[in-house]
Order: sequence, then C-alpha cells, then structure tokens
Amino acid sequence: METAELTQEEQFQARIDADVRIEPKDWMPEAYRKTLIRQISQHAHSELVGMLPEGNWITRAPSLKRKSILLAKVQDEAGHGLYLYSAAETLGASRDQMLADLHSGKAKYSSIFNYPTLSWADMGTIGWLVDGAAILNQVPLCRTSYGPYARAMVRVCKEESFHQRQGFEIMQTLCEGAPAQKQMAQEALNRWWWPTLMMFGPKDADSPNTEQSMKWRIKRFTNDELRQKFVDMMVPQAEFLGLTVPDDKLQWNETKQGYDFGDVDWAEFWDVVKGNGPCSRERLQARVQAHEDGAWVREAALAHAEKRRQRAETAAA
Amino acid sequence: MSQKEWPLWEVFIRSKQGLDHKHVGSLHAADAEMAIQNARDVYTRRLEGVSIWVVESKHVHASNPDDAAAFYEPANDKIYRHPTFYTVPDSIKHM
Ligand SMILES: [Fe+2]
Ligand SMILES: [Fe+2]
Repeated sequence: METAELTQEEQFQARIDADVRIEPKDWMPEAYRKTLIRQISQHAHSELVGMLPEGNWITRAPSLKRKSILLAKVQDEAGHGLYLYSAAETLGASRDQMLADLHSGKAKYSSIFNYPTLSWADMGTIGWLVDGAAILNQVPLCRTSYGPYARAMVRVCKEESFHQRQGFEIMQTLCEGAPAQKQMAQEALNRWWWPTLMMFGPKDADSPNTEQSMKWRIKRFTNDELRQKFVDMMVPQAEFLGLTVPDDKLQWNETKQGYDFGDVDWAEFWDVVKGNGPCSRERLQARVQAHEDGAWVREAALAHAEKRRQRAETAAA
Repeated sequence: MSQKEWPLWEVFIRSKQGLDHKHVGSLHAADAEMAIQNARDVYTRRLEGVSIWVVESKHVHASNPDDAAAFYEPANDKIYRHPTFYTVPDSIKHM
C-alpha cells in the first residue's frame, strides 16, 4: 500500500476497509470520535434507564425463582451500562458529563423504555421481544470498527441470550396456563410489538447518518434490514406460543422469503424520541433522583479514601 | 453536590489458575479496595475470574501508535529469530 500518497483520513479509511480495529490512541477523524461517543453513550444510557421498567416488578415477581432471575437480569443491564460508559471514556468522554447530559435531557436513550410495564407478562415480553431486538442490534456490533466498543459488545452479547430465554420462558408458562394468563400474554404482546419495531430506528430513507456509519463500519446493517430480520425471527416464535402478532398486514412473502409487515406509526416514534413518551418524565426523574440521592455516598467514599491515604502516609513517615 | 469524579481504574482478570491476567475494561472507584469490589460485581458475575488486579488509569504508560512502524522496526528484518529460517535435513527427526 502506497501510504505516502494518502492523507491521514484516507489511511484511516484504508485500515477500516481492511477490517483493522481502531484503538483508543490511534489517529481518527473528529467526526468518527464524535459519532462513537454519541452512539456508545446513548447505548449506555439505554442500559441504565432500561433497568427501570423491569425494576418496577422485582418486588412483585410471582415466585422467589422469578424474582432472583429478574434481579440478576436487571443487574446485568447495570453492568452493560458500565461496560459501555467505560468504552466511551476511552474516546475522551467524561463519565460525569455523559450522566449530566442524560439527566438534563440533552442525551437520548432508546425510546422503548418510555413505555409502562403494566403486568407481569410485560416482564416476559420485554425479555423475549425487547432483548431479542437488542440482540439483533448488538451482535453485529461485536465486529464494529472501534476496538473497545466491540469488546464491550462481546461481553454484553454473552449475557443477553439468558435475558431472552428467561423472557420466553415466562411467556411460555403464561401461554400454557389459564385462559386469563394467556390473555395477559397476548395483551402484553399487543402493547410491545410496535414499540419494539421502533427500536431499530427510523426508516433507512430517514436515517441520514447510516451511510457514513456503514462506511466507517460502526454499523454493519441498516435499520430496515435489522427490522426485517427481527420480524422473520419473531413471527414463528409467536406462533409457537399461540399468540397473534398485532399486525393485519403481516403476511409471508414467498418471493423475498420473508414477511411483509405493516408500517410503524412514525409520528408516535418521533414524539417519544422528543421526550413525550408515556413514561419519559417518570424515567428521567427516577434517574436524576437516584443520582442525587447517591451524592452523599460518592462524597463520603472520596473523603474516606483520602483519610485512609493520609493515615497511611503518617504511619510510613 | 460534589464536582469531583471518582478516579478511573483499569481492571485485569485471571480467568483461571495458570492463565495470565487480561485487561477487561475500566471502572470508577474511590480507592483500590472499592475498585476490586466493583470489578467483582461488574466483570465477574458469572465466575469469569479467580483473581483481580486494578491499576489507577493515570499510572498506565503506553507506547505511541504513531511511532509503531519505527518502534518495532528492529524486529522486522531478523527472520533468523524464527525456527522456520533454518532447513533441517529430512532424515533428522525430533527437531
Ligand atoms: Fe443489556
Ligand atoms: Fe438485556
């Protein structure tokens, strides 16, 4: 390769094209760094806020087994947030600044977590559908071009399949139970199906950043490609459970070997993105409150560490 | 509210006895003891480790990737450091 004739930016693109991972201290275009910080921190915020809808049911889980499982899952989501904040910090972002941006409403997180969790069946649906959609988004990110992000995603993906299976098991139990239980499962699917399809983001035509992100190999599939995969994967699973996907346009298309399906309510999507989701305020308030309530702990721990350091110094002198 | 962030620590984990510690990521903690406890909760929820090292990130010094070509150049032309450089007669076994 005649690198001498290439600009720094062309050399960077050549490394990307050759599937060489970019590491924290490597030269990178400012726009690549900014795009990654935005995407990784949004992803981290989603994991963090994502604990709230499920946290809502920990004390009301129907058995000790379900409670332990849900607790472990929610703890995993906290871990996912931490892996991702740590990856964003390798790009020079500060943890406090990222959290401040989340709390002020400046930073976004996945719109799915702004919907309420009304019944126990929502715990099943979230694990099965929402974590299922997350897996489809996340598996290609294990090969994303930025090393620390890719490595964080490998860890995340290893844990996600437990999330999806526990959710599916909840659904299966409800669907094999009393008619009222099965109805509860159906109602949960009816409420979560469309918001889950929104998780893949706007239509390709309305996603101006996709092209650049694909070129930088941050993204490896477009939003619509992933949405299609998701529908093709989930419809047979819903059939297995004996549940009806709430979409009257849903139909197998023999030619494309995939399902045709109805259009998402994009007005609703943009409204939730703008912060007008049914639980948007509540979620953000809960986050801010948790952060503020923890302030004294952060201060006390620093003071304690400082005191111990001084004591050790005095003892050594 | 305090404006001061807890320091950043790099975390290294030995996944099983006999293997070396490997970098897994970073976290914030007020001191080393808390960093180790947090590392257990963040990075070993599924028995991923039997031993944890933490190092405050500011103490890590790294080589400069921009100098990589010149920096590793001395090893570039010394193919005689590899066993494949030498021809061994076919009749010689166990070498
Ligand atoms: Fe997660
Ligand atoms: Fe998950």
